[in-house]
Amino acid sequence: MGILVDGDTKVICQGLTGATATRLSERAIAYGTKIVGGVVPGKGGQTHLYLPVFGTVKEATATQPDASAVFVPPDKAAGAIIESIEAEIPLVVCVTERVPVLDMVRVKGALEGSKTRLIGPNSQGVITPDVCKIGVMPERPHMPGRVGIVSRSATLNYEAVDQTTTVHLGQSTSVGVGGDPVYGMNFIDCLELFFADDATEGVILIGEIGGTAEEEAAEYLKTQKSGKPVVAYVAGLNAPTDRRMGHAGTVDVFGGGGAADKIKALESAGAIIAPSAAEMGTTMRRALGGR
Amino acid sequence: MNLHEHQAKEILKAYGVPVPQGTVASTAKDAADAAVALGGSAWVVKAQVHAGGRGRAGGVKIVKSSRAAGEAAKNMLGTRLVTAQTGAAGIEVNRVYIEQACDVDQEIYLAALIDRSLGRVAFLASREGGENIEETVTAQPDKVNKLVVDPNVGLVPTDTQALVKNLGLSGDQAEAAQSAMEAIYKAFIESDASLIEINPLALTSAGDLLALDVKMIIDDNAVYRHPEFEKLWDEAEVSADEIEARRHELNYVHMDGNIGVMVSGAGLALGILDLLKAKGGDAADFMDVRPVATREQIAAGIRMLLADAKVKAILVVAMGGGVLRCDTIAEGIAIACKEAGDHVPVIVRFAGTAKELGELAMQNQAVGVTFADDLADAAQKAVAAAGGKG
Repeated sequence: MGILVDGDTKVICQGLTGATATRLSERAIAYGTKIVGGVVPGKGGQTHLYLPVFGTVKEATATQPDASAVFVPPDKAAGAIIESIEAEIPLVVCVTERVPVLDMVRVKGALEGSKTRLIGPNSQGVITPDVCKIGVMPERPHMPGRVGIVSRSATLNYEAVDQTTTVHLGQSTSVGVGGDPVYGMNFIDCLELFFADDATEGVILIGEIGGTAEEEAAEYLKTQKSGKPVVAYVAGLNAPTDRRMGHAGTVDVFGGGGAADKIKALESAGAIIAPSAAEMGTTMRRALGGR
Repeated sequence: MNLHEHQAKEILKAYGVPVPQGTVASTAKDAADAAVALGGSAWVVKAQVHAGGRGRAGGVKIVKSSRAAGEAAKNMLGTRLVTAQTGAAGIEVNRVYIEQACDVDQEIYLAALIDRSLGRVAFLASREGGENIEETVTAQPDKVNKLVVDPNVGLVPTDTQALVKNLGLSGDQAEAAQSAMEAIYKAFIESDASLIEINPLALTSAGDLLALDVKMIIDDNAVYRHPEFEKLWDEAEVSADEIEARRHELNYVHMDGNIGVMVSGAGLALGILDLLKAKGGDAADFMDVRPVATREQIAAGIRMLLADAKVKAILVVAMGGGVLRCDTIAEGIAIACKEAGDHVPVIVRFAGTAKELGELAMQNQAVGVTFADDLADAAQKAVAAAGGKG
């Protein structure tokens, strides 16, 4: 089963005719994702990849989409997301990197009280293996299975996917919440869905320095009795200090956001800490009673 | 993008935030002349570097004559200022800012920033501002007031009113503080700032409100829509290798170890630094490659690592995704390694998209690299090759 996307999820792609969007949509269709159309302003009425192209998301709702994949440049991303929110698309996945943070503050405002869940921006997307992928992740390491994965970093996510496949656990669904300071669904939103999902037997949560998302997830975990093990890994114990590390995190004015504090918070909330980025899969294997 | 104090003050002044009169100087003579031109009987000479903690580090001097202003400037200019935020190497002082000094009754802390948890702009304010603000926040968090701005509504007067009241302000001062907050909010939104921190916002003995020090950061992702900020970019603040890396769209930070590291993705790169440390090694850098990187950009990054004399081994970890391909990385490594001829050991761990093509490309190019099976193996081999305990 998995969370957020399954074999029935109908997807439109905002920015479908762009070069990267075209290539990734072709791959997604080959993977089994039900892409039903595209949205490209000014190109309504055209056909691309044998799919109908609409000028607006509102027009594209004729295809009854469950999700929209946003593949547009950073300056257009917020507008594209808000258009989907206004058209009441249930799930929006934005892979765009380098979206201005105040644009995302506007998007957060638009999300409030809306019917939309947002994944991203600066996220690799979401995948339920062998069934549906929306995003830029490689298909290959994925294997349908038992572990839910949620991460801020895309490449650490792929690493966890690779490792859970290697130890024959596989994934129920894997989600990237994205590496930006202001973003849509967070760890807690994903944990809630994973805990309620029958296919998910355990969750790997991958955090990193900056912000307080891991600490908030820890507070949430303290209130939960799902019985499903949560394996956590937090990167950045040895990061150079006082510097931004690629992800567009805004400054933490009064310090905080350190890896050691996050690990401590998650551990005290009952999460099992993976000792390194190389041991996420094996730690989960042990937690689920394997050797 | 960090702005200098004087640049930030100029922006805030245009929005109506009260700031002292000041002049930038890059020589001792200009500094002395500036003091005369500004008038008054006392001045503050401040080193213009992108770092907090200048006061405690000797980067801020109060002087009582123009001659002393020149003297203070002379002592700062050309030296490297080391503060709690600069690291041991410090930052070279190329400019100072001279302002009229004023008598301060009360130091207030006021900052506008992005609250990451809420995804909103927020103000933090405290009556206990000044140099000890960080200690105050940690020890007495109740002395910090917070005002969160709803993006669908904007900054509401009743909210700012309540906040300045909590700061113990009343009458004209309360009104001045409220309009300063409105001006700061407007500047924040229109400049695409991610931080505007005023510390202190001083209550002078004359009863005025004055922004004595300002720290302002512009969102790098939004600089494209602010051509006016391009000229404020100060290359002197950034090391030469970071500028070189930026030219090739690489995210690079120099570190103290001997293992040169290039990784696809910032999160995985952080994970590799931790893994190297756990295996007894130390990274010489943090280098994150974007998914859209070209082989030329990869080659430029490897060249930088090869050129670093203290690097005894290079570790490249690439996780191919929907955009990034391992063969692109391989071609980049091959270009740089073949140019270099003789080079330090290079350990490569490919996974994901085009892993085999990448490995094949390395073999076809006959570049001597060592492949690793997984992350732990990669870290182990890199530490061993660099002569660490591994």
